[in-house]
Amino acid sequence: MSMRIGVVTFPGSLDDRDAQRAVRLAGAEPVALWHADADLHGVDAVILPGGFSYGDYLRCGAIARFSAVMDSVIKAAGDGLPVLGICNGFQILCEAHLLPGALTRNEHLHFRNRDQWLRVESTSTAWTAGFQAGQEILIPVKNGEGCYVADRRTLDELEGSGRIVARYVRGNPNGSQRDIAAVRNEAGNVVGIMPHPEHAVEALTGPSVDGLGFFTSVLAHLGAHA
Amino acid sequence: MTATPRTNETSAAAERVDNAPAEAEAPATVEAGSAPADAGVAPYYGEGPDTVARAASTPDEEQPFLELGLRDDEYARIRQILGRRPTQAELAMYSIMWSEHCSYKSSKVHLRQFSEKAPKSDTMLAGIGENAGVVQISEKLAVTFKAESHNHPSFVEPHQGAATGVGGIVRDILAMGARPIAVMDSLRFGAADHPDTKRVLPGVVSGVGGYGNCLGLPNVGGEVVFDPCYQGNPLVNALSVGVLPVDRLQNKAAAGNGNVVILLGAKTGRDGIGGVSVLASATFDAGSETRRPSVQVGDPFMEKLLIEACLEVYDAGLIVGIQDLGGAGLTCALSETAAAAGNGMEINLDLVPLREPSMEPHEVLASESQERMLLIVEPAKVDAVLAVAQKWGVWATALGTVTDSGRLVITWRGETVVDVPPGSLADDGPVYARPMREPSDLILLQADRAETLPRPKTGDELRETVLRLAASPNLCDKTWVTEQYDRYVLGNTVLAQPEDSGVIRIDEESGLGIALSLDGNGRFARLDPYNGAKLALAEAYRNVAVTGATPVAVTDCLNFGSPEDPTVMWQFAEAVRGLADGCQELGIPVTGGNVSFYNQTGAAPINPTPVVGVLGVMSDVAKRVPMGFSADGDVLILLGQTRAELSGSEWAWVTHEHLGGTPPMVDLAAERLLASVLATASEQGHLGTAHDLSDGGLAQALVEASLRHNLGATISFPDEVDPFVLLFSESAGRALVAVPRGREEAFLALCTERNLAHARIGVVDGRSGALEVTGQFRIPLNEIREASSSTLPALFGNVAGATGTATAEAASTDEAAQEPEGDVVQQADQAARAEVAAEAQVAADTGEPVDAADAPEGTSGDDAAR
Repeated sequence: MSMRIGVVTFPGSLDDRDAQRAVRLAGAEPVALWHADADLHGVDAVILPGGFSYGDYLRCGAIARFSAVMDSVIKAAGDGLPVLGICNGFQILCEAHLLPGALTRNEHLHFRNRDQWLRVESTSTAWTAGFQAGQEILIPVKNGEGCYVADRRTLDELEGSGRIVARYVRGNPNGSQRDIAAVRNEAGNVVGIMPHPEHAVEALTGPSVDGLGFFTSVLAHLGAHA
Repeated sequence: MTATPRTNETSAAAERVDNAPAEAEAPATVEAGSAPADAGVAPYYGEGPDTVARAASTPDEEQPFLELGLRDDEYARIRQILGRRPTQAELAMYSIMWSEHCSYKSSKVHLRQFSEKAPKSDTMLAGIGENAGVVQISEKLAVTFKAESHNHPSFVEPHQGAATGVGGIVRDILAMGARPIAVMDSLRFGAADHPDTKRVLPGVVSGVGGYGNCLGLPNVGGEVVFDPCYQGNPLVNALSVGVLPVDRLQNKAAAGNGNVVILLGAKTGRDGIGGVSVLASATFDAGSETRRPSVQVGDPFMEKLLIEACLEVYDAGLIVGIQDLGGAGLTCALSETAAAAGNGMEINLDLVPLREPSMEPHEVLASESQERMLLIVEPAKVDAVLAVAQKWGVWATALGTVTDSGRLVITWRGETVVDVPPGSLADDGPVYARPMREPSDLILLQADRAETLPRPKTGDELRETVLRLAASPNLCDKTWVTEQYDRYVLGNTVLAQPEDSGVIRIDEESGLGIALSLDGNGRFARLDPYNGAKLALAEAYRNVAVTGATPVAVTDCLNFGSPEDPTVMWQFAEAVRGLADGCQELGIPVTGGNVSFYNQTGAAPINPTPVVGVLGVMSDVAKRVPMGFSADGDVLILLGQTRAELSGSEWAWVTHEHLGGTPPMVDLAAERLLASVLATASEQGHLGTAHDLSDGGLAQALVEASLRHNLGATISFPDEVDPFVLLFSESAGRALVAVPRGREEAFLALCTERNLAHARIGVVDGRSGALEVTGQFRIPLNEIREASSSTLPALFGNVAGATGTATAEAASTDEAAQEPEGDVVQQADQAARAEVAAEAQVAADTGEPVDAADAPEGTSGDDAAR
């Protein structure tokens, strides 16, 4: 039986169907979750997709964090459920305090979409175990508020505990501190990433298929822990 | 015109959250405005509304019809239609619906040609007159697409003007029953280094990007053009495309007596009042800044919800008809839906959800508040529609019912304020055959040919010219603009800018997809509007064809000066005739589009600028041909015939600031031939690369194809050919292709068999890291890249981190290459990752002697109608 991975749709979610496609291509069954429905429908992992939830009008992710489904996600994440937040999903995870730090307006103040090289630094997560530490991957980045910031102590702690999952290399697209592109929680089941692995899963439409590794990783992780 | 200071340019979000103060300001500004600015607001009439009864009893009351843009005879006709003077609300409605923007009163007599000359089509499900044209592309699926202008609002308020331009065209697509799947934008600005361009361009780009990105629609292509003629009047033309199951096609007719009229979406405010009559239908003058309240304010989040709600309503079969609200707001939607069905309506205006309760009836009717749709629903299904709206958090309000009275009757606070035949608003607007006259300067202009200008002669001079053109604002790298657009969302973007066309996968199973290109050339059209329009069509057609797609349909945005100027009207008539003839010759119909007049500041109109969008279909997008060199050793072949055609060219403009002569010859039979060869060749996997030749000629095509994946080329021209002409002529009907070695013979045989002019001109050279023309010059790719990519950042601000190394740039723009049949020597992906494939075999053979300028005869040179 294939794994079931939930993809939450908030009002204003945009990359939800893309995340579902990535799950499918990785060999799992995507399950659509609805922001107003607290039921996670027994999924094995959850993805919070990119977009502009609730228009991002107050502050990115600030309203989505209070949706019914997030109460369940926060609780399940505490119990070890793998959760991946991509772009807006990363912002929501920070707002929900599942991850430290915050995503602010890009340093140059423009929305930017480009194909971006990342170096995977932590492979001890549910979502990156299939990569090799130090591996460079190419996936799209596209955001207006992707500049990762945290106080120095938090940044030092993230560095010290190996919780920086990926860094931007060959150019930092948004001014993120210490070139941080992705971070994880202590347990490694929750990962937030600003670039979009779900847009690098097919040679025809992506700059590479490097993004697929995030989705196959979680399947391997779930298989190993089943 | 002073630049308008903006404090919160990139933050549509912040403006929306805190919208109360912004809206409180708007009416104050409107009412306080001086004469032209308050043209959208009729004077106060005293106690209570101006009702139908009151209008009948006060026939001699003076009405501000002139201020509203209506002429004496038009006003007289309104009185004749109604048998009394119009009420204040009715007058507002007629002034809007009979404006140039809504009624096409100056253009109608010419636009008929699009239908009259349209080639027969079994696949066109909806055409001109609908919200957008619909073309069937498979047994079950159809595509709908349309381009529309939002020029005037974008000059007044660049960010919101451009944003709502995108929002408006997307709703047109949605109204046909389609899910919007992509947008494109064709932008024209004044001189790149003019101070006001610094105000307008960043705002327009952030508006296009901000709205489309928040809507989750990939931006897959378009144009960015600079020319001083657009200084006081930039052009913002947006295109959207959507896909629908054939049986989900919607229409706008308010059919069925007793059916309920529902307004779905945002609340109605004072924004945009008078937009079409004030902004779109008059020429700019020094008072333009005070017209800002006439620009609508966009909320892409609301539109996203509106899209999802509408699609759910369609799929559940809950509605009879639907119409979007854009320019002319409720007035247009109510009258057009009722008129389309030959029905009447009873509407209670008090039910319209308002942002400001103090709004008067004529304001509610004229408001251009965005993100609204009008639905016609059977009474039994109203609850289901309201439930869908509630699920998505969108307001939905029943405003009234469809009647068989044939009258549009609108009440407000218990009194009838409108009682008109809807057809008189929607269909019976004035039609003018305006006087036309060829511009008196045209003969002199055409006599001043660029072919006689001094040309670069030595290799060094040619080298310098290549670099100068590559760095020029019109030809340079547009990443500064396009990286502000999301091109990935929805996961079906196969090709996007800077490719020749946007290519989008429609069906993940079969690979069925579409290609779209949007092109125009105002300089060519200035020199010869008939052939200029044909050239725009030919370029868009060719851009679609080089990807391997088959062109099937056309949309257009016709941007011109004031129709009251006979020379502008002549340009318009010539362009329409050219486009209609061109479509007939190419065998593809115009399915819809828009006309934008009054694009002029003071007495100087813009260059006539027909922008043409062509839609193509591809049975399998995996076979699409990209524009960048992807494999070392591929043989470069120039297709089509090169003539010494330099008038109106980018070279003449950049190096001599010259515009004169006649544009390149148009040979649409040759375009068709080229397209058919490209389609066959891509189907058979012969092509590694195909790139359209247009602005900047072969030189610029080589630059762009080389920079795409950082793979250079070695070119050699035969001695008898003038390398300058071959490099910089802008002859139409040409493309540059790169053919894998094993495919060369088969491809050349195909060209010969079809009698397509072709010439081997060199090879893709992965080792050289340069663009080299043997015996003339050699330019390292890094030098070209530096020239090309630094222009826009220097003008509009260097974006931190934007200056990656050439290698990183190359890698980041990497495109996974197609795999025709496994014998492409080296895939693009590997090419970029290996940076430059130093070990790759370099072909010493640079080809047979080339005779491109003298290639096999196409047709004789007297194609033009002139």
